[in-house]
Amino acid sequence: MKNLKYIFFSVILLVVQQVEAQNEKGRKGTFALINANLVTVTNGTISNGTLIVADGKLAALGKDINIPEVAEVIDCTGLSVYPGMIDGGSRLGLTEVGSDARTRDYNEIGDVIPQMRALTAVNPSSVLIPVTRISGVTTSLAVPDGSLFSGTAALVNLHGYTPDQMYAGFEAIVLNFPSTGKRNRWDSRSGEEIKKDAEKALKKLNAAWDRAVVYHEIDSAIQAKNSSEEMKYYPEMENLLPVVRGEKTLLVEVNTANDIITAIDWVSDRNIKAVFTGVSEGWRVAEELAKAKIPVIVGPVLSVPNREYDRYDRPYANPGIMLKAGVKVAIKTGDAENVRNLPYNAGFAATYGMGKEEALKAITIVPAEIFGVSDKLGSLEEGKVANIFVADGDPFETKTQVKHLFIEGWKIPLESRQTKLYDEFLERNPGLKK
Amino acid sequence: MKKYIIIVLPLLFSLIVQAQQKGSVLIKNGTVLTITKGTLETTDVLIRDGVISRIGKDLNTPKGTRIIDASGMYVMPGIIDAHSHIALDAVNEATSPVTAEVWTGDAINPLDVSIYRALAGGVTISHALHGSANAIGGQSETIKHRYGTVDPDVLRMKEAPRTIKFALGENPTRVHGGGQGIVPRTRMGVEAVFRSSFSEAKQYMQAWDKYNDGKNNKGFKGTAPQYDLRLETLADILRGEVIVHCHSYRADEIYMLMQVFKDFGIKKLVFQHANEGFKVAPELAEFGAMASVFSDWWAYKFEVYYSTAYNASILHKNGVVTSINSDSGELIRHLYHEAAKTQKYGGLSDDEALSMITINPAKQLGIEKNVGSIEVGKDGDVAIFKNHPLSIYTIPMMTIVDGIVEFDRKNDADDMRIYADPDETIDVTLYGTGHAGDRCMQDAQFLFYK
Repeated sequence: MKNLKYIFFSVILLVVQQVEAQNEKGRKGTFALINANLVTVTNGTISNGTLIVADGKLAALGKDINIPEVAEVIDCTGLSVYPGMIDGGSRLGLTEVGSDARTRDYNEIGDVIPQMRALTAVNPSSVLIPVTRISGVTTSLAVPDGSLFSGTAALVNLHGYTPDQMYAGFEAIVLNFPSTGKRNRWDSRSGEEIKKDAEKALKKLNAAWDRAVVYHEIDSAIQAKNSSEEMKYYPEMENLLPVVRGEKTLLVEVNTANDIITAIDWVSDRNIKAVFTGVSEGWRVAEELAKAKIPVIVGPVLSVPNREYDRYDRPYANPGIMLKAGVKVAIKTGDAENVRNLPYNAGFAATYGMGKEEALKAITIVPAEIFGVSDKLGSLEEGKVANIFVADGDPFETKTQVKHLFIEGWKIPLESRQTKLYDEFLERNPGLKK
Repeated sequence: MKKYIIIVLPLLFSLIVQAQQKGSVLIKNGTVLTITKGTLETTDVLIRDGVISRIGKDLNTPKGTRIIDASGMYVMPGIIDAHSHIALDAVNEATSPVTAEVWTGDAINPLDVSIYRALAGGVTISHALHGSANAIGGQSETIKHRYGTVDPDVLRMKEAPRTIKFALGENPTRVHGGGQGIVPRTRMGVEAVFRSSFSEAKQYMQAWDKYNDGKNNKGFKGTAPQYDLRLETLADILRGEVIVHCHSYRADEIYMLMQVFKDFGIKKLVFQHANEGFKVAPELAEFGAMASVFSDWWAYKFEVYYSTAYNASILHKNGVVTSINSDSGELIRHLYHEAAKTQKYGGLSDDEALSMITINPAKQLGIEKNVGSIEVGKDGDVAIFKNHPLSIYTIPMMTIVDGIVEFDRKNDADDMRIYADPDETIDVTLYGTGHAGDRCMQDAQFLFYK
């Protein structure tokens, strides 16, 4: 009897403990979002509409939509549904604590290392990820950095327990184009030294490229012969091969006007599927960028002008100026822990000339197009992946709150360590006295 | 000789005139966000000789007063940044854990174009803080953004009380314990530096008191103690004449400093950054310490890993006077947007959010009687916005300091440098300007980037 009592209390204790320890998990299912303002991005806005999420997809959306019996109905009166925002370039997942090298996985050693894959190093358990996604950013491009060909960037959805569960279907090789500017404010090199370094880097770049072209020719010859010959293991060249052949995107990080012009010539001479990133002085050479038909992923928008003598608002106005010149413009934060500020980078661009509608496109459908995944991401369209968020207002407005979040059809709890700390400490217990 | 006087006198005179430059403007028909006395629709604000002299409807225009039409615009007090390093030639005197004798006021750079960029974000005052390399850093200067002068004195806000920078945690322990092998290497050592410094300062004060009390007595034989500027400054802190602004992140170190200050009877205390201030909000409120925080910066180093963007709201709701600061030449340009984040993270009202960049930082700098709200008798520091300043679609249109229009979006040139370097042979183009952490470590970089 005593024993029974003991077991009984143990069980109760166990249940209580479990309840206390439980974290809300993502849920997959069929959901019907009703009475919603559906901001499709590509086909206008549907007011008082219904959107069905099923099997991870946007199963149906519109005015007169049948609600499946199994669906969990979510009333969205007064709320708007948007496609999940896409950051066109970040370090999210590749770094945890900025100052601690042991948590930095975006900068491998070597100048030409395209074989280093960001997807391998994306940490699905990064505390930074929930902090980001609950602001409506569902997808980001994890970009390796630090050398000439610094690796292979990967597009990831911000939910999943392995990199493969997060992979969103796009990888690209990263090239940091030789820069004639200063690296940062502590760069104490003289003008002469900077010039020399840039020339050296350009030489190195050309040498690597020429080698890749030779590799491509040999590889093509072997294939043409249908030979069983194999090339020596050479991962650098193997990874540059699809770029040389124009099959894989090359992300070219380039910022100052002179460098952009040099980079335009460089890629035009080589028939490369190029996308320029950073592009902080794109406004200076917008016409040339438009003529070259090179899409850009610009950002961060919230940054200071490159030059002391430039107008204070150039970085804000940059995306709009390029867009008006006819450039295809997406926006990136280049951040890690504050990728959540993507809508504000777009918001400032909107305010300083780009306009609301185009700025929203620059963080949804345009990056999806640039990454070749616009059949899956970037807008509210039937059949697309259910990456969406529901907000109580304009997502660019700072005070707007995200009310629901879905990534690949999973309903994600709006929780992060930062919200948990708020819950715990708003009214701390014990307070002053224990 | 006469010739020189003729040249020098007008020069001196022009400097004085510049230093005392005050303007008169009438800002008509704006929506006036007073911060302390509510929002006034279609209201005029008259600034005469640099001071707000009247607030009301259909005010008469005194002779010689420039009229600014603010119809459809928002008029708010000039934004105040309680943590900045712009307009400084040097930030850290990183040579000792205690450098109370130095002063950023000796390193003001009026040519820094960041001043103009801050004005273009509605910011009229910033706290030019010493860095955080030392447990007890240098004294700091509160500056008004009077841009367009080459004279550092013009920028000083003369009414502002003295302030000094302290620092806890990783920065002082990294620089001195890690970089130079001296105390402090740990948070224990940081506390020890404070306790020994203030104990020494107390003895120094007592020695001077003893000498001053006795020196006029007949037969007095003592000599004056050796004058020490470092200890003088610490003694002034003990006397309550200097506001301490302490760089801090973790809750335990914040708590530690409050205990030390209680023991030494020091009351004027503002925690800078205080990323974990929210964890000891009740203790901060009880002490009467204030907090000047980032809107959302975190994870750039380990001691800010356990942060939350709700920090400002939790502190505010627990009764701590809280401000949002920049610590950055970039963020300072959009503090109005940073303040709006307290609405996203914690749902603060418009007035509460705006107080974080106006009256609250004014309190933290001890200048709330002069600035921080639109009230008669306060300085004519005003920022005018198209659209509400907390909206993402807002645009700062005009910034006024002491009644002088310092920024006017419609009339300003692209190149606003005061000084162009004739030796510059290459375009200095920075890229990758995303923040790499707080700027408090400037001039201490040599210790880490050899």
